[in-house]
Amino acid sequence: MPAPDTPRDTILGTIRRAVATVRDETAARAAVEQRLAAPPRNLIPARGQVPPPQQVELFQRMATLVAATVEPVAEPGRVPHAVADYLSAHNLPARVRVAPDAALQAIPWDRRPTLEVGFGPARADDPVCVTAALAGVAETGSLLLASGADHAAPLAFLPHTHLVVLSAADIVGVYEEAWDRLRRRQADRGLGMPRAVTLVTGPSRTADIEQTSLLHAHGPGRLHIILVGPPAHGAEPLHG
Amino acid sequence: MIPASHAFKERARAAMADPDLTRALTKFKTGFPLKRAQAVAALPEFEALRDEGKRIKDHALAHLDLYLERFEAKVTAAGGQVHWARTPAEARAAILSICRAAGARMVTKGKSMVSEEVGLNAALEEAGLEVVETDLGEYIIQIRKEAPSHIIAPALHLSKEQVAEDFRRVHTHLDPARSLSEPSDLLTEARVLLREKFLAADVGITGANFLIAETGSTVIVTNEGNGDLTQSLPRVHVVLTSIEKVVPTLEDASTLLRLLARSATGQELSTYTTFSTGPRRPDDLDGPEQFHVVLLDNGRSALLGTEMQEALRCIRCGACMNHCPVYHAVGGHAYGWVYPGPIGAVIDPALIGLEEARHLPNASTFCGRCESVCPVRIPLPRLMRLWREKEAAARLSPGPQRWGLGLWAFLARRPGLYRLTTRLGMGLLGTMGGRRGRFRYLPLAGGWTGARDFPAPTGRTFQDLYRESQRARP
Ligand code: SF4
Repeated sequence: MPAPDTPRDTILGTIRRAVATVRDETAARAAVEQRLAAPPRNLIPARGQVPPPQQVELFQRMATLVAATVEPVAEPGRVPHAVADYLSAHNLPARVRVAPDAALQAIPWDRRPTLEVGFGPARADDPVCVTAALAGVAETGSLLLASGADHAAPLAFLPHTHLVVLSAADIVGVYEEAWDRLRRRQADRGLGMPRAVTLVTGPSRTADIEQTSLLHAHGPGRLHIILVGPPAHGAEPLHG
Repeated sequence: MIPASHAFKERARAAMADPDLTRALTKFKTGFPLKRAQAVAALPEFEALRDEGKRIKDHALAHLDLYLERFEAKVTAAGGQVHWARTPAEARAAILSICRAAGARMVTKGKSMVSEEVGLNAALEEAGLEVVETDLGEYIIQIRKEAPSHIIAPALHLSKEQVAEDFRRVHTHLDPARSLSEPSDLLTEARVLLREKFLAADVGITGANFLIAETGSTVIVTNEGNGDLTQSLPRVHVVLTSIEKVVPTLEDASTLLRLLARSATGQELSTYTTFSTGPRRPDDLDGPEQFHVVLLDNGRSALLGTEMQEALRCIRCGACMNHCPVYHAVGGHAYGWVYPGPIGAVIDPALIGLEEARHLPNASTFCGRCESVCPVRIPLPRLMRLWREKEAAARLSPGPQRWGLGLWAFLARRPGLYRLTTRLGMGLLGTMGGRRGRFRYLPLAGGWTGARDFPAPTGRTFQDLYRESQRARP
């Protein structure tokens, strides 16, 4: 046998020599194929496996524990007011960069005429960005964001303040449910995994100096979640 | 990074004499363990999740070739490129050529221990590139020209005064009279400075905590958000990671993520967990034009199929060092290489050679705290003992130490002789100890008497007493 020469051949060859002696090759390949084709769920903690109204409550509690703020509003028409009021309460300019997401574009922003709204990717000097989230995950109060034509990753990292419009109907209990949603949505669009998918859990922080926990490292120092319409009241989900 | 593990003893001694370091370690040794304990208490399934984590990694390692092939195919299908590197030199060469081809001048980096392992920064700088670490802790040690002292808290060994001094020394364009007395002052200064670097970088290099075969994704977790700015703003994103990080599916990664932050910092989840898959798509609003994954082996594949394979389950949470009394006493730099603490004692000999790293598996009392917290249940003390056996077999330890152990083994296998020798020895020491009953100095026991007196035995041997008590039993 000629000596393997590329790094790839050498590495895979060494691995094969070590593992092939202890496995049945046909069974091994079948097990791998099966696991990848239909990913089995592992043990899932009970915490997030609760009925939807409790999921919303758990999401709010967990998000608040990691220093995010959550503001429920009854319907999408209230979002411009929530945004404008938040900005003025924090002495921020009435100007937001908004992800060009269909649901965010459908919001009647003109109900607050003084609010300057620009759709598109974040610019370095944008102080406040507004994005949607594909899902909220109750078990840790996390938001699932995915890059694409309707969302750019830096919207969630460049600004000082990140506002997220999340439909209560998009809250799920556990990560596994969020992956199923993502897989369904991408399949519907004929796409694979988006380039960047991020679970955001609270505002950015660091403890690198003397283990002192500080908010506002490189990412936003404030994360404010505007929670639209509790599902119990039959509100339309922003993402279906 | 050039290993200095052979000098562990001298480095450890120096570390224990350093008051700044001792102060930092005193704070450290209670902080992380307490937070971990709270996070574990808040999740009743935590112990069962550790079993799951072990099972997932064992499965992934048993099928490592197949999962790596699938991972590569998925990365390629998403428009990215995988580069395989047997050695640190091959990894450096791959990244250098990516940077050259992109005409890069400035590189930003997210925290990556594999990057320390291959000595990437020095190689890039030598090639004329500006390299900027963007994790706050990594940035601090970069301007100090130091190595990280902990795998998740690289600047753990420093005080805020030391950092302030470094910022004044390096950030000379800023007002010398500015206040830098609070950690928040230091953070603000670093944020403003690094923001410019993020925006100007041509290439962003990150590590990866996991690779996902199902989707071809690389996963990073950060709290600062630096990793995301590093990878989404420049034209090129390079992921430098190692082969054992691949797991099958998003579900499997989720289970390990439930363990990682809780074990590391006691958080439920790190602030940002990002799954990166390929370069920007045609309709995307943002993202790099190129996506490269450099997969380093560097001795890992050779551990498969051996007793050391279990060490490859490691998810680099740092819990073992957070709970290690030896690490608490000497800190990370004493270990002399990239991975300190119990996991370092187990993998460093494999990655840099037993001769260089032979002290590390010996720097343990086998108290077992590391194993008791390891989220993927790596039997760290047992693996350290295996290295000690290999060390003895290779005759790497000094002669007197080996002869002493040999003599003891000879006696231990001859109970009659053993009892006689210990009885004689105790009698002799008891007489020599005299009325003080203590020794200030004892030949061959300098390690003990250097720091405290050795009590002289006063009565009979344990075995004699034990036998008597057994006989006295009804
Ligand atoms: S050996 Fe275990 S405890 Fe130590 S870093 Fe690795 S996973 Fe964490």
